[in-house]
Amino acid sequence: MNHATTLTPSPIYERLNKLMAAFSPQKLAKSLLVPFVAILAFLMLWSVGASQVQTSLGVFPGPEKVWEQTKALWAEYQEERVKEAAFYERLQKRIDKAVAAGKPEEKIERLKNRKYTGKETFIDQIFTSLGTVATGFLLASLIAIPLGILIGMNHMLYAAFNPIIQLLKPISPLAWLPLVTMVVSAVYVSNDPLFSKSFLTSAITVTLCCLWPTIINTAVGVAGVDKDLINVSRVLRLGWLTKTVKIILPSSIPMMFTGLRLSLSIGWMVLIAAEMLAQNPGLGKFVWDEFQNGSSNSLARIMVAVIAIGAIGFLLDRSMLWLQKAVSWDKNAILR
Amino acid sequence: MTKYLEIDHVGITFPTDNGPLTVLDGVNLKLDQGEFVSLIGHSGCGKSTVLNIVAGLLQATEGGVILEGKEVDEPGPDRAVVFQHHSLMPWLSVYDNVRLAVDQVFKKSKSKDERHEWTLHNLELVHMSHALDRKPDEISGGMKQRVGIARALAMEPKVLLMDEPFGALDSLTRTHMQDSLMEIQTRLNNTVIMITHDVDEAVLLSDRIVMMTNGPNAKVGEILDIDLPRPRDRLALAENPTYNHYRAEVVRFLHERHLQKTQKDDEDNDNDPSEPAEPVVRLVS
Repeated sequence: MNHATTLTPSPIYERLNKLMAAFSPQKLAKSLLVPFVAILAFLMLWSVGASQVQTSLGVFPGPEKVWEQTKALWAEYQEERVKEAAFYERLQKRIDKAVAAGKPEEKIERLKNRKYTGKETFIDQIFTSLGTVATGFLLASLIAIPLGILIGMNHMLYAAFNPIIQLLKPISPLAWLPLVTMVVSAVYVSNDPLFSKSFLTSAITVTLCCLWPTIINTAVGVAGVDKDLINVSRVLRLGWLTKTVKIILPSSIPMMFTGLRLSLSIGWMVLIAAEMLAQNPGLGKFVWDEFQNGSSNSLARIMVAVIAIGAIGFLLDRSMLWLQKAVSWDKNAILR
Repeated sequence: MTKYLEIDHVGITFPTDNGPLTVLDGVNLKLDQGEFVSLIGHSGCGKSTVLNIVAGLLQATEGGVILEGKEVDEPGPDRAVVFQHHSLMPWLSVYDNVRLAVDQVFKKSKSKDERHEWTLHNLELVHMSHALDRKPDEISGGMKQRVGIARALAMEPKVLLMDEPFGALDSLTRTHMQDSLMEIQTRLNNTVIMITHDVDEAVLLSDRIVMMTNGPNAKVGEILDIDLPRPRDRLALAENPTYNHYRAEVVRFLHERHLQKTQKDDEDNDNDPSEPAEPVVRLVS
């Protein structure tokens, strides 16, 4: 009795077919040529448009100027790395000398603890920004996911939290920042701080702004679990914990990740503003410093940062999308 | 005399915006062990409500359900339900969907290996052994319903409750599923209550057909004993006068109810325009 069986081609064959289809000339033209032409047209428009704008810092930078500054920023970074290597080399020599001369242990220890304190380059600032947004985002997720689950499972909690969330959700990061700054200054007092205050202020501001999409989407996902599936769990007499772990959580994962993805893109936008004001040594501070600096290269350097911010934001969103696709059971959902 | 399963003067009233609505009013039904009973009636007459009360998913406001001398007051795996829309966990494979139920019901009484074997055995029973690792999204509607049945059977229920199990399937798949169900029923001799809209399905599968009056205040209208020898073969029965007589009886009952319903609706509309909209009347095929 095999009438329900359908004949399907083997998975390997299917995959090979898909791969071949992806590299067909028409597909390639559509996926590479069209965007390429569009980007070229955009660069030309930018170049022509920029040359028409006169500012107090000279002509608005076009693509060539920005490319020049990109290379300059990269060169600065490499130069700084060379200096750093040289510093540690000199330090090692001093340590060796001190050891050979039989200097006291604590003096040698002090030398060993010396760190290179060169100027922060653009590349370093990118990593600072990434670290700050990751901290803020993880902190927010750690709070938002459990809270979202609780709110989604309990009508009373939902009724209690919903107005508060709706009120806090639209608040701009710039409104939070002064409060966060004051609270961090007052609460985080330490002689040997593990984190700088500017880092904490920025990360916490990011947290405050990217809590909400995750809470709301998780709660909606949890509350929207198919009633039939809940009935199945009742018939099976699943305990509260098993029900949550085996049915409610997996069922709400697609919504949860939608929330996380929204949160991360909001967090990245918020971060730049927060860093500007909190002076956290990331991309936001870079933009602000160049703006204050006001040299003839400043605008081009800011444009480099702007493009980097866009590119990183895009990559963050793509990686969340990839993660979302990887964990979502709803393979029919169109995610983009 | 106590029967295996007794539905005793069951009534249920729901509070609505227009005051309390009595959906069921004194439903009585007694089942023997191994009996296959179909519930048939017009849409909205409360068939599903009866099933949900037996399942324990709804609480009767009057009367009660007694299974093997014990009152039913909450859902449990001894009354497994096959839902109309399969209700498999979309993130679990075919095997894991059944295994979830097996693990829960037999976590103390069976070893891990035994639970594995039992899961495979039940999927074998519904001819789904070839698709153990598929996800519900990757199999057809009929296959999903088979897995749903395997999951219910794997609980070794005292009563198997089926809520229009084949209602969402195309007619060819439905015939296959009915044959499968008859085959399983012959082997396991389950006690089954099945809701259906399909007259042929009811006559073919059942020992008795319970026809319900229209809601609200629905109750058991007529009960038809189907005295056809088993195993039954749909092709042979198509020519059988007894079969056609039973079929005609059910159609007659439903048709009369349909007329009453339309008449009543017309009167209601004349007298009281604020009467809440009746559920859609659908003539069974």
